Amino acid sequence: MIQLEQVNKWFGENHVLKNVDLRIAAGEVVVVCGPSGSGKSTLIRTINRLEPIEKGRITVNGQDVYAKGLNINTLRAGIGFVFQSFNLFPHMSVLDNVMFAPLNIRKTPRDTAMADAKVLLERVGLSHKLDAYPGNLSGGQQQRVAIARALALKPPVMLFDEPTSALDPEMVGEVLQVMKSLAKDGMTMVCVTHEMGFAREVSDRVVFMDAGEILESDTPANFFSAPKHPRAQRFLSDILPSHG
Amino acid sequence: MLDIIREYWPLLLVGQYPHGPLGGLAMTLIVAGLGLLLSLPLALMIAIARVSPYRWVARCAAALVHVVRGMPLLMLIFWAYFVVPKVTGHAVSGFTTLVCALVIYESAYLSEVIRSGIEAIPRGQIEASRSLGVGYWRTMFKVVLPQALFNVLPSMTSQFVSTVKETSLGYVISVNELTFAANQVNNLVLTKPLQVFGVLAIIYFIVCFTLSRGVSLLDARVRRTRAMR
Repeated sequence: MIQLEQVNKWFGENHVLKNVDLRIAAGEVVVVCGPSGSGKSTLIRTINRLEPIEKGRITVNGQDVYAKGLNINTLRAGIGFVFQSFNLFPHMSVLDNVMFAPLNIRKTPRDTAMADAKVLLERVGLSHKLDAYPGNLSGGQQQRVAIARALALKPPVMLFDEPTSALDPEMVGEVLQVMKSLAKDGMTMVCVTHEMGFAREVSDRVVFMDAGEILESDTPANFFSAPKHPRAQRFLSDILPSHG
Repeated sequence: MLDIIREYWPLLLVGQYPHGPLGGLAMTLIVAGLGLLLSLPLALMIAIARVSPYRWVARCAAALVHVVRGMPLLMLIFWAYFVVPKVTGHAVSGFTTLVCALVIYESAYLSEVIRSGIEAIPRGQIEASRSLGVGYWRTMFKVVLPQALFNVLPSMTSQFVSTVKETSLGYVISVNELTFAANQVNNLVLTKPLQVFGVLAIIYFIVCFTLSRGVSLLDARVRRTRAMR
């Protein structure tokens, strides 16, 4: 589904992604974790070309993301992206936010788009907030709307860039619930997250990154019980006591 | 001052009309209104050009803005007064000249205000829209501009108010607007220039204040709808 081959990226002199190789099969849920500055957010952002790469190849569904003459908008319509800071459109209601992509890209007739949007918002538990504006919502609610918005075009793959990192601890649960149900329904997901509980419960694979390199890639069972790389061991010992 | 208003209010309000061309406050409002109506779309185009990813487009627009901002409006009015007839081949009225000069002048300043609004929109908004697969232009018109234009409404109001006051420069090319009318009144009264121009100041103040207040009420209403702080 998604294939990263020898991906390299520099920010000026800074080599932020070093020969990254990653393969994500359809229906797989992959969690990417690591210390801050490891390049995990940058990595996920290269998949839909929010960040360019200098070397390497990325393909999504067989399509080379950096191919010349590629219609980037068509590609992106097939990839759902959820941001850490939600990025909802504040001048539009919740319903309009979710309808935005179908109305503007697929030219779906308004009533169909509205019906679909209502179904999606029902799925994330926000049917009672259709006409609210993002400014009226809590962080957890906003993120759930953002997920519904990303799902509006029915993309085959969803990318999550630290979806719960900006949330109060009480609201993390409601967002993870939505993500878990998505995983259960067979969505291909790549999540950059610090939520180790989520990783353990739902992911098929955990990928550990540090300083731009993938140091470990294993099933959650193996990763959490016996990490092989010393950096991964250190990371887990630092992060796990606080997550319990 | 009340006597002056009571005596000369038709002259101040509509100039010589109906015994002559329209003038006074009515003319001021028409010139200002036309100036704003025409300069807003132009300013929008210039601002969009300035944030364009194509460097030569951005540079041309920047050069235009820098040149116009470097000139006093009065000079622009005189210059238009002589250049426009040369370019179009026949004489143009002071009214047309004033409107042209105002439009050129205002669109440069307004474009900077709009550009600042566009550049202040968080990058995440654009990333969110582009990540959904929405293209550059749709993102600009449906996501960025509605927010940017609303956010800079107070700044734009300042420019609108400025435009209303700038119409008074039409006086030098004999456009029969409010300041011209006030001067005519002064030439009739002769002994009370302070009062006459005091009335003029009050009229300008009422117009400008009404405009500012109206915009701030609109601003408050939209903020309440969007639940913005």
